[in-house]
Amino acid sequence: MNRIRYSRRTHKQIEYVVKCLLLACALVAVLTTVGIVLSVVFESLHFFAKIPLKDFLFGLKWSPQTAIRADQVGSSGAFGVVPVFTGTLMIALIAMLVSVPIGLMSAIFLAEYASSKVRTVVKPLLEILAGIPTVVYGFFAALTVAPMIRDLGNSLGLEVSSESALVAGLVMGVMIIPFISSITDDVINAVPQALREGSYGLGATRSETIRKVVLPAALPGIASGILLAVSRAVGETMIVVMAAGLSANLTANPLAAVTTVTVQIVTLLVGDQEFDSAKTLAAFALGLLLFIVTLLLNIIALQTVKKYREQYD
Amino acid sequence: MTKSMGSDSSTVIERVERGLSRRYRAEKRFRLIGVGAIILSLFFLVILFGDILIKGLPAFSQTQIKITIFFDPERLPLDKLESADFEALVKSGLRSMFPQVRGRRSKRALYKLVSSGAAYELRKRVLHNHDLIGKTKDLWLIADDELDLLLKGDIARVPGGRFNQQQLDWIEKLERDGNLRQRFNLNFFTSGDSRDPELAGVLGSLSGTVLTLMLTFLLSFPIGIGAAVYLEEFLKKGRFSDFLEVNINNLAAVPSIIFGLLGLGVFINFCGLPRSAPLVGGLVLTLMTLPTIIISSRAAIKAVPPSVREAALGLGASRMQTVFHHVIPLAMPGMLTGAIIGMARALGETAPLLMIGMVAFIVDIPKSFNAAATVLPVQIYLWADSPERAFQARTSAAIIILLFFLILMNASAVYLRRKFERRW
Repeated sequence: MNRIRYSRRTHKQIEYVVKCLLLACALVAVLTTVGIVLSVVFESLHFFAKIPLKDFLFGLKWSPQTAIRADQVGSSGAFGVVPVFTGTLMIALIAMLVSVPIGLMSAIFLAEYASSKVRTVVKPLLEILAGIPTVVYGFFAALTVAPMIRDLGNSLGLEVSSESALVAGLVMGVMIIPFISSITDDVINAVPQALREGSYGLGATRSETIRKVVLPAALPGIASGILLAVSRAVGETMIVVMAAGLSANLTANPLAAVTTVTVQIVTLLVGDQEFDSAKTLAAFALGLLLFIVTLLLNIIALQTVKKYREQYD
Repeated sequence: MTKSMGSDSSTVIERVERGLSRRYRAEKRFRLIGVGAIILSLFFLVILFGDILIKGLPAFSQTQIKITIFFDPERLPLDKLESADFEALVKSGLRSMFPQVRGRRSKRALYKLVSSGAAYELRKRVLHNHDLIGKTKDLWLIADDELDLLLKGDIARVPGGRFNQQQLDWIEKLERDGNLRQRFNLNFFTSGDSRDPELAGVLGSLSGTVLTLMLTFLLSFPIGIGAAVYLEEFLKKGRFSDFLEVNINNLAAVPSIIFGLLGLGVFINFCGLPRSAPLVGGLVLTLMTLPTIIISSRAAIKAVPPSVREAALGLGASRMQTVFHHVIPLAMPGMLTGAIIGMARALGETAPLLMIGMVAFIVDIPKSFNAAATVLPVQIYLWADSPERAFQARTSAAIIILLFFLILMNASAVYLRRKFERRW
C-alpha cells in the first residue's frame, strides 16, 4: 500500500512536469508573436528617433539609398512610405483582379456543377498552383512573363517597363487563384442545401440559384477570404523582389515600374550594412507597417469567417 | 389548364417561354464561364511547368571536349604537385590539336573553348594517381558554358557575337572529328556553387536545405504536437484558450518575411548566433511552420473519438497515460501528414532566409549547423539574378529538382493520409 501511494505521488509529479512542458510548447507560439513585435518595434523606435513618424507615413518621396551618408539623414526626407505603399497596393490590386474572378468561378463550378470525378482530378491540380514555391513564380515572372508583356506592349506601341507592376501582379494573381478558390469552395459548401432546394422549388435555374441565393449567403465568407488573399498579396516577397522594380514611383500606370514594401525590406537588409544606420532601421519600420496592415486584415477576416461559420452551424 | 385561362394566358406562356430560353442561355453562359476559369487556371499550370521543363532540361547534359593531354613530368614536379600549373597542360593539349594557331589573341580565343574546370579535373586525377605523370591520354574535359550553349542551339552560329569566325571554324572541326560530345551533367549534382555556370552545382544548396529542414523538423514536430496536445486535451475553454487560438491563427497568416525580421532581430542581433547558418535558418523556419503543424495536429487529435479516451480513463489510466498511450498514437498519421505539408512549405521558403543572410556565395558544401550555407530556393534566386545566360538553364534545372522534392513530399503526405485514414 505504501509503495502504491509512493509511486502514485511520483507519478503525479511526473505528470505535472510533462504538463508544464506541454504548456511551454503552446507558449512558443505566444513567444513568437512577442518576439516579432519586440524585434520590429524596438528597431522601429530607433528609426523614428531619427526620422519623424509624420515624415515616414505621409512623405511622398522614398530614396533610402541617398541617405547613406550621415549628414543626409533626416534632412533629405527620403523616407516617405507613400509611394512604396501605393506600389504594394497596386500590385495587390492587379493580383486580385486576376485571382478573384478566376478563383471564384472555378470554385463555383467545382462545387455546384462538376461531377465528383472531375472534382477529384481538378481540385488537387489547382492545389499544385498553391504549392509551387514563390521563388519559382518569381523566376517565371522575371524571365518569361516580363519579356512577353514587354514585347506585346511594344508591338501595341506602349512603353512597358521591364519591371512593370502588371507582370508582378499577373503572376501573383495566378499564385493566389487556388487560395481564393479553396476558401470560396469551403464557404459555398457551408451554405445549407435547404436554401438551394427552396430556390429550385421556386423554379430558378442553377445559375440563378447560385447568383441570387448561394453567393449572397456566402458573401461574408468570400469577402473575408478575399481580405486574407489581399494580406497574402501585400506580404508576398519573392515574386516582387524578382519581377518588380526598386525605385519608388508614385504612379497609377500599371506598365511602369513600382516598388513594394517587401522589396524595400529585402534590398535594405540583404548585404552587409552597419546596423544602426537609418537605412537598415527603415527596413524594420517597413516591417512594422507590413505587420500591422496584414494583422488588421487577418483579424477582420478571421473574425468574419468565425462569426459566419457559427451562423449556419 | 391553358384552355380555362383563356386567350390572356397564351401571352403569359409566351412571355415565360421567351424568358425561359433567355434564362437557359444565361445558365449556359454561366457554366461556360466556370469551365473557362478552370481551363484558364490549368492552362497557367501547364505553361508554368512547360516553360520550366523546356528551359531546364538542357542543363542536365553538358558538353565535353576530347583533348589529348600529355602529363609532362617537367611541369609536374612531384614535390610541388599541389600547386603545379595544370592549366598549362590543357593549353598545350589544345595547341597540339590546332598547331596552326599563332599569336596571343588567337591562342587566347582557343583556350576559351575549355572551362577552367578542366584544370581542376586534371589536378584531381594526377593527385589521385601519380602514375599518370609522363603518360599521354585522351581525356573528355568539360567545355566552356558558351560553347555548351552554342551546341544546344541557344546561341546563334554567326560570327561577331559570342564567337568569332575563327572560333566557329575550330568548333566545326572539333565536331567533324568527333571531339565534342554531350554527356549527363553529373557535375551539377556533385559540386557546390561557382561563378562559372558549367561548374556550378546544387549539392551545396541541397545539403544546406537538408541541414536546415532537419533542424526545422526536429524542433517543430515535437513542439507542434506538444502545443496541440495541450490545447486540445488539457486546456480549459476560456479566455486564455481563445487568446492562444487567435494568436496561432494570426501567426499562420503573418507574411514569411516578417519571420525573417524576427530571426535577424532576435537570433542574430540579440542572441549573437552566426549569420548565414542553417542553425538560424532552421529556427526561423521552425517558428514559421509551427502554426501549420499545430493547426493540423489539433485537427488530428480532435478526430480521435472521445470513447477511446473514456475507455482508457475507465480502466484506470491517468490523463497523461490516456493521451500518450492512446490519443497520440491514433492521431499520429494525421499529425505526420500535417508535418510533411508544413515541411514542404518550409522547403520552398525563400524570403525569411534572405533576411538572415543565407544568400552568400558559398562554394563549399556545408557540413555543420554553424557553417555558412544557402538553401535550394535561395540558390535559385541567386542564379536567376546572374547575368550569364547559361545560368538560366541551371536555374530552371534547380527548380525542377526543387519541384521534384516538393511533389515527393506532398505525394507521401497524400499516401499517408490514404493509408491510415480511418472513419470512426
